[in-house]
Amino acid sequence: MAKAILYDSTICIGCRQCEEACAAGKNLVYDEKIAAEERLSERKLTTIRTYGERFSRKLCMHCQEPSCVSVCPVAALEKTKLGPVVYHEDRCMGCRYCMVACPFQVPVYEWNSRIPRMRKCDLCADKLVQGAVTRCSEICPVTATITGDRSEMIAEARRRLVEKPAEYYPEIYGVNEAGGTSVFILSAVPFNQIGYNTQIPKSSMPQFTWAVLQHIPQVVVVGTVLMGGIYWITSRREDVAREEGRQ
Amino acid sequence: MSGRSHFNFWRLMGAALMLVAVAATVLRFGGSLGASTNLSDQFPWGIWIGFDVLCGVGLAAGGFTLAATVHIFHLKRFEPIVRPAILTAFLGYGLVCLALLFDLGRPWNVWHPLVMWNPHSVMFEVGWCVTLYTTVLALEFLPLVLERFRLERARLMLRRIMIPIVILGVILSTLHQSSLGTLFLIMPQKMNALWYTPMLPILFYVSAIATGLAMTIFESWHSARAFARQLEFPLVQKLSRVLAVMIAVYLAMRFMDMSARRAWTMMDQPGTERWLFGVEIVLMAVPMLLLFREQTRKSPQAIYLCAVMYLLGFVTNRLNVGITSLERSSGVQYIPKWSEVAITLGLVAAGFAIFRVAAHHLPVFEEEVPPLPPAAWEAEASDAYSIQSGQ
Ligand code: SF4
Ligand code: SF4
Repeated sequence: MAKAILYDSTICIGCRQCEEACAAGKNLVYDEKIAAEERLSERKLTTIRTYGERFSRKLCMHCQEPSCVSVCPVAALEKTKLGPVVYHEDRCMGCRYCMVACPFQVPVYEWNSRIPRMRKCDLCADKLVQGAVTRCSEICPVTATITGDRSEMIAEARRRLVEKPAEYYPEIYGVNEAGGTSVFILSAVPFNQIGYNTQIPKSSMPQFTWAVLQHIPQVVVVGTVLMGGIYWITSRREDVAREEGRQ
Repeated sequence: MSGRSHFNFWRLMGAALMLVAVAATVLRFGGSLGASTNLSDQFPWGIWIGFDVLCGVGLAAGGFTLAATVHIFHLKRFEPIVRPAILTAFLGYGLVCLALLFDLGRPWNVWHPLVMWNPHSVMFEVGWCVTLYTTVLALEFLPLVLERFRLERARLMLRRIMIPIVILGVILSTLHQSSLGTLFLIMPQKMNALWYTPMLPILFYVSAIATGLAMTIFESWHSARAFARQLEFPLVQKLSRVLAVMIAVYLAMRFMDMSARRAWTMMDQPGTERWLFGVEIVLMAVPMLLLFREQTRKSPQAIYLCAVMYLLGFVTNRLNVGITSLERSSGVQYIPKWSEVAITLGLVAAGFAIFRVAAHHLPVFEEEVPPLPPAAWEAEASDAYSIQSGQ
């Protein structure tokens, strides 16, 4: 059963315990200075962002059809059955196409390392296989972030929208974005007001590439026949010309 | 005499550029990508991709264009251009591969796409095509070396399989020249609409062909000055006509596509994008219009300048696609670090230098002499032997 996260920004109190738990789980140093940096970086794979009174959390969306997985030339990224999009460091060659392609601008890079890695949230894949929840869900004191079955998380989000329509902007971010994700977000205000990109196409992204890539076999076959044919025709012509010249 | 000092000036320049590039190399491999570039999480691709790879591959497109013209279409009068074009292409691809090693975070894993497959990735396809095509170019280039060292038997064997090799080269080039455009298709929301179009693969392909032609004109001019060897002028004139037509085809496709997508409205948006777009279009349209005039095609110098102008337009286009179009959505401004520029210029200088050496020592600007029939091999061999022992 695929898992997913539901993050309800209307409940979030901005305590940043999710950041801290995430850093601990990934063996990253975490201090006040890093806490104040409100953007993803090699120091921080999830972040709380402050918008006046409101908070919003950013992490990898674990797309259903992830751009990053589709573009990686060495299949270093993988969408697992349980939901997480995971990274296989030993395969990576560091082309950074995943960073360029991700519609949510999530992957970050260890720019100052000699053996650099791409870094991003992996939805605590190690925890999920054990049947546990993610570290951020585990620690959140107000259950602003919860983990559960993907369909159940969507149902729960819908329930909240129906039960308290006055408190929510009536949409779930992540259901349609990039063709659907494994992280769902609720907000009191339109999503772009608290830092979520609302320009992202509502369809699967890899299809934009596949529409072209799928024609490669045709190009190869037709191209070869065409080239061979032209060669044959034009060289025939030469032969004929030579013959005629001889007579 | 002034020609001589001019020549030395460029040599010095080249040497200086390569020296600075060495310093930058130390920074890159002694340090990290962070130390040697201005790239960031918001802007992960810079000029090493935008120029060295996107432009490098395009500038080397003459190899497949001319190989097809002469060997497949049998337009034999272009034969004298094939060799310099293939040499340029071979060098070009070599330098692109070298540049890639600078850009990759883990260059020692550069071979991974060959064994760790992801057929859904455009980059995977480009990796395979470029590897295979560089091999094809090496085979297309080999006859020159064999001819120089009089290895007739090998030459004859290679000649027998040349046509399939050339066809393979054309197919591989078609695939990866266009795929460099496909690379960008997955980010419609990130790219500026002046450049994002589902047509990118086709536009990349057509402009690469035009670039191959322009590069051939460019080389002919320079080799005329350096070696007093050049193409016959009528041939250059023919090429310049084809170039004008290819640019026209490209611009027509581009404009129709812009209209269909209603992208012209982007020109009303303030910012540097529209200016850079304008530069790119003007640098392509002006040489096209000039080349359509007979007056222009009478002067070798004018043709050369038109080719250079188009090439600058082409480079601007690739940089716009790879960098300008992505800047706004990334929220940061990317200006390359000195070391990024140094590596790029160093590679270009290296390209010129190697071309010069190769053109000096290999029969690049000569027509292919048909290999000797087997009966003559022995005499030839003892000949070569006597020359060697004579030394
Ligand atoms: S949000 Fe970005 S990094 Fe995360 S799965 Fe989607 S495409 Fe990949
Ligand atoms: S940087 Fe690594 S993980 Fe990302 S696309 Fe390139 S090879 Fe794949």
